[in-house]
Amino acid sequence: MLAIDVKDLRKQFKVQKNREGLSGALRDLFKREYTDVTAVKDISFQIPQGEICGYIGENGAGKSTTIKMLTGILVPTSGQIRVNGYIPYKDREKFVSGIGVVFGQRSQLWWDIGVIESFQLLRKVYRVSEHDFRKRLDNLVERLDLGDLLNRPVRKLSLGQRMRCELVASLLHNPSILFLDEPTIGLDIVVKTAIRDFLKEMNKEQGTTILLTTHDLQDIEALCSRVIMLDDGRIIYDGGLEELKSNWSKGREIQFQFASQTSLARLKSLTDPLEVVWTVENELTAKMWLPYEVNVSDALARVVGGAEIRDIKIFETNTDEIVREIYQSGTSAAAAAKETSQP
Amino acid sequence: MMSAYLDFIRIRFLTMLAYRVNYYSGIVIYAINIGAYYFLWKAIYGDQDTLAGFSLAQMTTYIAVSWMARAFYFNNLDREIANDIRDGSVAIQFIRPYSYLLVKMMQGFGEGLFRLLLFMVPGLLVVCLVFPVSLPADPAVWLVYAVMLVFSFLINSQINILTGLFAFFVENNEGMMRMKRVMVDLFSGVAVPIAFFPGWLESTMQWLPFQAITYLPSAVFTGRTPLSEAAGVVLLQAVWFIVLIVPILVIWRSARKRLFVQGG
Repeated sequence: MLAIDVKDLRKQFKVQKNREGLSGALRDLFKREYTDVTAVKDISFQIPQGEICGYIGENGAGKSTTIKMLTGILVPTSGQIRVNGYIPYKDREKFVSGIGVVFGQRSQLWWDIGVIESFQLLRKVYRVSEHDFRKRLDNLVERLDLGDLLNRPVRKLSLGQRMRCELVASLLHNPSILFLDEPTIGLDIVVKTAIRDFLKEMNKEQGTTILLTTHDLQDIEALCSRVIMLDDGRIIYDGGLEELKSNWSKGREIQFQFASQTSLARLKSLTDPLEVVWTVENELTAKMWLPYEVNVSDALARVVGGAEIRDIKIFETNTDEIVREIYQSGTSAAAAAKETSQP
Repeated sequence: MMSAYLDFIRIRFLTMLAYRVNYYSGIVIYAINIGAYYFLWKAIYGDQDTLAGFSLAQMTTYIAVSWMARAFYFNNLDREIANDIRDGSVAIQFIRPYSYLLVKMMQGFGEGLFRLLLFMVPGLLVVCLVFPVSLPADPAVWLVYAVMLVFSFLINSQINILTGLFAFFVENNEGMMRMKRVMVDLFSGVAVPIAFFPGWLESTMQWLPFQAITYLPSAVFTGRTPLSEAAGVVLLQAVWFIVLIVPILVIWRSARKRLFVQGG
């Protein structure tokens, strides 16, 4: 069964235009002008149960708007959504009992009361039996290492402590789908790792479907088997992370440090029939870029055979760079086309 | 589920209790207000026995009781809701399987209970010692008044919720909230009993919910409205309570459609 099924989803906002100056303000008083902003433009995707899917994109690409429609907060302008078999913005109360949501930038715990009291309140709100509640809470507390935080008021928690509590709060009613909107924002590497490990285990043991948005690609690398990339309200990539990497990184770079000055012409002649590109950095260092088609050992052997080398470094393009490149170029399709046109 | 709503009352009550020192000054402020009105009215009465059917003794009691009732039913639900909408945290409320407005109402009630026990009751004792207030002797009046006070709270909270929800439609409803506060204090009869209003305004008030908040209950409490007619007052309050549910639901529904969560 599909956990999330979205078809031609669109969300349009009316944004008030503020005209400039005093006369503009006066005119605004009587006749407001609005501009339509389309945050999400007819996107479709499906997520099967038990999948961890990363939802990435630049700021303002429409990630949060999508999450808010999927969780029933926003009503879509057009298109169909089914999450867990429900249409989120209808049957809201029934629907939300089956999902968990964490917004990294907003707290859902009650500020003034103790953590455990917040949990108790949520237990009543979600109608969880005392027995199930105890069992789950003990398990979550142990795994996320919350033991001595439970009696503190929420306002006295650090960000990392709070975020772990938010996770527990979103899981007390054992939801089958978990939505995470930038769950690791502003957290240190220890807490980040703890949260990632926890999510991974939970997905494996309970089959919880997870959809997460993030700007931290390490989250994606650690967790997601699938990535959906959004740009300007449209999906520009939907598929595996490995695929994305191999499609996108066109090659690797090798930096050589030579014992003596070596001219560009000489280097070119060394690797002559191979499709590599040389760039000289200074007298003694040069970089060789080689596409995946070219065998590394082959290229290396030619260089090593022809010049005395002090040091070699190999650079693999990392996900950050790939994603930055996609964001800048706008669509993955265009870039992919460019790649295939290369011999 | 009901126990969750009751918990919201309990938690708000305990939170208020934690900040109770803030409210001690409130008792003094209310006492000063009542004193100022008492001396003002005394001057206005001069040697007249009654004005608009109120004797000075009745007027004193009316003022004391109205202000003390206000201590109970007053709350900041309008501001709380407007803030939730403005900073976008209202979004969090939609992912929970409960009714946001009902939760707000419960929190307001928790606050009301706190104000009743730690503000209204001690305040009334102080006022009775200082000013010539005559409280009714008939326990039936007290009982009826307690019921009316609950409706006062409900109607006032409904008006607050309506005002707060306007934050969905305007960028800043601060002005509207201030206007509402003045309007409720004036038209509910806390500042001046409605019997003193000019004829046209007094008859307009018949068609508005404000008088059901303070004026009508206080009139029963001070004995101006006989107990036999109190049932009519309670009925009128109940009608307003039901009528006000309609615009709240309409605004809430349409706000859902145009909800624009601020801050992404």
